[in-house]
Amino acid sequence: MNIPQNLFYTKDHEWARIEGKTAYVGITDYAQESLGDITFVQLPKAGDTLRQSEFCATVESVKAASDVYSPFSGKVLSVNQEPCEHPELINESPYEKGYFFIMELSSEAEKAKLMDAQSYRSYVEGLSK
Amino acid sequence: MKLIFERHKSGRRGFSYALPDVPQAKPLAKQYCRKNDTLLPSLSELDVVRHYTNLSRLNFSVDTNFYPLGSCTMKYNPKFTERIVAFEGFAQVHPLLPQLSGGGMLAQGSLEVLYETEKLLAEITGMNAFTMQPLAGAHGELTGIMLIAAYHKDNGARRKYVIVPDSSHGTNPASAAIAGYKVIVIPTDKDGYMDLEEYKKKLNNEVAAVMLTCPDTLGIFNPNIKRIADMAHEAGALMYYDGANLNALLGKARPGDLGFDVMHINLHKTFATPHGGGGPGGGPVGVSEKLVDFLPIPRVVKRVDGTLALDYHRHKSIGYVAPFYGNFGVILKAYAYMLYLGKAGLIQAAEIAVLNANYCLASLKEYFAPAFDKKCMHECVFSASRQVKNGVHALDIAKYLIDKGYHPPTIYFPLIVKEALMIEPTETESKETLDEFIAVMIEIARLAEENPSCVTQAPIHTPVKRLDETKAAREPNLRWQP
Amino acid sequence: MSYIPHTEDDIRQMLKTIGVAGIDDLFKDIPSELRPKSFNIPEGKSEFEVTQHLRKLSAKNATHLVNFVGAGFYDHFIPAAVDAIAARPEFYTAYTPYQPECSQGWLQAIYEYQTIICELTGLDVANASLYDGGTALYEAAMMALRLTGRNKIIMDSGVSLIYRTMLYTYTSNLSIEFVEIPVVHGQSSREELFKHLDDKTAAVILQNPNFFGAIDDYSDVVSRVHKFGALAVASVYPVSLGMLKPPGEMGFDIATGEGQSLGLPLSFGGPYLGFMSVKKEIVRSMPGRIVGATVDSDGKRGFVLTLQTREQHIRREKATSNICSNEALCALRAVVFAALLGRGGLKELAEHNYWKAEFAKKTLARIPDVEVKSSSPTFNEFTICLKRPADEVVYKMIDKGFACGFPLGRFYKGMDNYILVAVTEKRTREEICLLADSLEAVLR
Repeated sequence: MNIPQNLFYTKDHEWARIEGKTAYVGITDYAQESLGDITFVQLPKAGDTLRQSEFCATVESVKAASDVYSPFSGKVLSVNQEPCEHPELINESPYEKGYFFIMELSSEAEKAKLMDAQSYRSYVEGLSK
Repeated sequence: MKLIFERHKSGRRGFSYALPDVPQAKPLAKQYCRKNDTLLPSLSELDVVRHYTNLSRLNFSVDTNFYPLGSCTMKYNPKFTERIVAFEGFAQVHPLLPQLSGGGMLAQGSLEVLYETEKLLAEITGMNAFTMQPLAGAHGELTGIMLIAAYHKDNGARRKYVIVPDSSHGTNPASAAIAGYKVIVIPTDKDGYMDLEEYKKKLNNEVAAVMLTCPDTLGIFNPNIKRIADMAHEAGALMYYDGANLNALLGKARPGDLGFDVMHINLHKTFATPHGGGGPGGGPVGVSEKLVDFLPIPRVVKRVDGTLALDYHRHKSIGYVAPFYGNFGVILKAYAYMLYLGKAGLIQAAEIAVLNANYCLASLKEYFAPAFDKKCMHECVFSASRQVKNGVHALDIAKYLIDKGYHPPTIYFPLIVKEALMIEPTETESKETLDEFIAVMIEIARLAEENPSCVTQAPIHTPVKRLDETKAAREPNLRWQP
Repeated sequence: MSYIPHTEDDIRQMLKTIGVAGIDDLFKDIPSELRPKSFNIPEGKSEFEVTQHLRKLSAKNATHLVNFVGAGFYDHFIPAAVDAIAARPEFYTAYTPYQPECSQGWLQAIYEYQTIICELTGLDVANASLYDGGTALYEAAMMALRLTGRNKIIMDSGVSLIYRTMLYTYTSNLSIEFVEIPVVHGQSSREELFKHLDDKTAAVILQNPNFFGAIDDYSDVVSRVHKFGALAVASVYPVSLGMLKPPGEMGFDIATGEGQSLGLPLSFGGPYLGFMSVKKEIVRSMPGRIVGATVDSDGKRGFVLTLQTREQHIRREKATSNICSNEALCALRAVVFAALLGRGGLKELAEHNYWKAEFAKKTLARIPDVEVKSSSPTFNEFTICLKRPADEVVYKMIDKGFACGFPLGRFYKGMDNYILVAVTEKRTREEICLLADSLEAVLR
């Protein structure tokens, strides 16, 4: 399972990559794997204000629909349209081409509530037991 | 097979009307008319009949295949009831006839069917009264939840929540939500029952109703049911009975006696009306005495002279939930079925349905893991967990069964059982049919050990092989385009 | 009587396999105090006895009346081939096509039905059916509320009162603001409608032809509705769409209606057929089952239930609707009916209805004391105004062998003297003339 080192993770399998005052957000390799072939994604709009751990997007496969929760609070700066048109990108490249949006961070301190790669890996391993 | 539109040939006609015996009227102004004709296909009658006859042959159905689809009660649908609904005196009656002044006497036969069916259902279930209006089970749930809301409102209470167990049918939380309630989900305990501790914790005076199926979707009768009902009533909440599994209880227990206040019946399950490829069904809703005043209008009532009439003057009624009196044709078939079976027949239906399910359970539990190892009611639930170890999933088992001529059980439901296979044989299937089905299931268990790809590649004898559902959802193609 | 095949020996053997002594042991989870307090059901009867009993009941219904009652539910002729196909047990004893490989017949038939509904309504996508025209309209309203996040609905009072009442019932526990627009001279009042239209409006609901039979072109209303970001919803009569401008051409976002006129018997109110079609942009918010085309592992065309994440069995309390069982067999009747008629037949059917109604209008207009309302064009239904209460006249007409129409005073205040008259292709010139003669005699 691909769990890149430099990212932050949530228990609901979102990831965030912090770049300065902003963060890229998406769902993890584990999430895309458990959903199976993703058929549809509904993302927030640029300008939307999100709060940490609150609903921000929906991902669907043929037989399941999952809510996605924002890893941080802040404003959505731009949305990645690619996975809306090609949802398979989320399966193929969950951390790169299949990212969901870029957000401005209200408070970087919120990262205290997130996991690093190592803790996320043991969390995920615990789930599959 | 070609689509009906791909068989179109200009100039053909499958049906024509007599030359009009009135003059052609002045055409309507253009702004009111469609620009182009529709692209309906032009075909001969035989073209159409052959097309749909051949399509029909691509389906499994109760009349052609064993159809143990759990939770759906795919029992035999009597033929004589089909003849009865076609009687001109039933099929041709306009629903507004009894609403015309002096029209009450014009539909006494249909009103009697409604009145008598209501009485029978009330006795079978121990409820006080029924509305025949709801048009399907889920529609009945919505009606029931609205009745509950009206009851609480009448008592000056604004309650916010509806409790459902996590094993419930998806329609339960969906019905509660669209009626305006928030849903509280209670987990299932290790014995397969709704977790009583969690239930106690969540139950309070903000809860409007508790929705339960009994026997539940695991096919188990919950012996705590009365206690659950008593606790709900103490908190001022009402008990809703999802009648999807009523077939198991006919003459054995009545929701009214178990403490339920509101229930629906799926006529197309318990009372053998055909499922019609997805519908129409019928979802009459029964209530205890305290809810009778809220039932939809009109109610069919008996006058002192013995004639029947429609009563609209019920000021506490929630209103209309259907345009008229329900899916009359479906109600009529269910009525005929009940008259035919009678008391002994109904009880026997429940007994043999439960016998058949337990026979499948006993014969298969050595090969497939039962969801809970105890006697079941009308259906039994297995998990394909043993087979999954060899890469054979519930879906693969389903597809292999299709190759062998069986409609698969319900799979992946209830959601709380991993790789669920939910088998509801119903009472109308013979021991021979069950034995043959059991033999195939055992063969699957063996193949899963010895040659799993045999199962995972199924089906191969069907008109189409496994279909690309991902493509269907990613690139929706929902209609024919010229 | 029952349909149970078990012999006593079968039962004995099965009990042995299960490991219990008797059937009662299988029910021992039900405590004795929870056993039925009563179960007074009559003993069973033979098939012959039940059939005779119900034949007698059916004879208590009036079938001799010449029918001019419509009000949304119409007496059209049904070709025998429709009954024959719907009576195929491979269709009617199957259930929802969850397993596509053994349900291609049903799936393809529904895909064809969806296409027919799109063709009739001029919209992009249709679902596999809803219960009836009223519940379909309710689902459309819910869809608009969901899509816009607003809570106000403007409804024309030319929408069937039955449907409006249903909508009020369903939404009584939700906080929705309803505004009803009066009908003036048989048509929707633009002035009133536009006065209430604002950026809180989720939907504007109209009906064409409206309950009084009047036809309108709502294109102007729809474009105004869209300017406020609201959705335009039309409830329509499918037979009329063989001729009339479809809702899609007027720009409506959602069309719904009662499909009974497409090959379903009146059957005292059901089973009927709710249909719904929408613009493709909002398909993911549509309720109900949807069939889509795809390919199998050999690349061969096949059909599946698709976009199922909208539905209750997956989304539970977040589903777009609670619907599970629908009216598939009625949808099958509709597609067979439409295929038999074809494009030419459907147009012919619509024209015959229109011509006969126009003829009836002229014929009735000749009667003194009958005023045929003619401020708007109509399709196959129109209103007449009498000089005395319609109820009384309708009552007397029954004695003359006619269900002469629906008295509007039942549904609309101040319309006690009005009758809504429907004329389908089944009504002959002779029947129309007799209706006029009898009415004249009654009014004299």
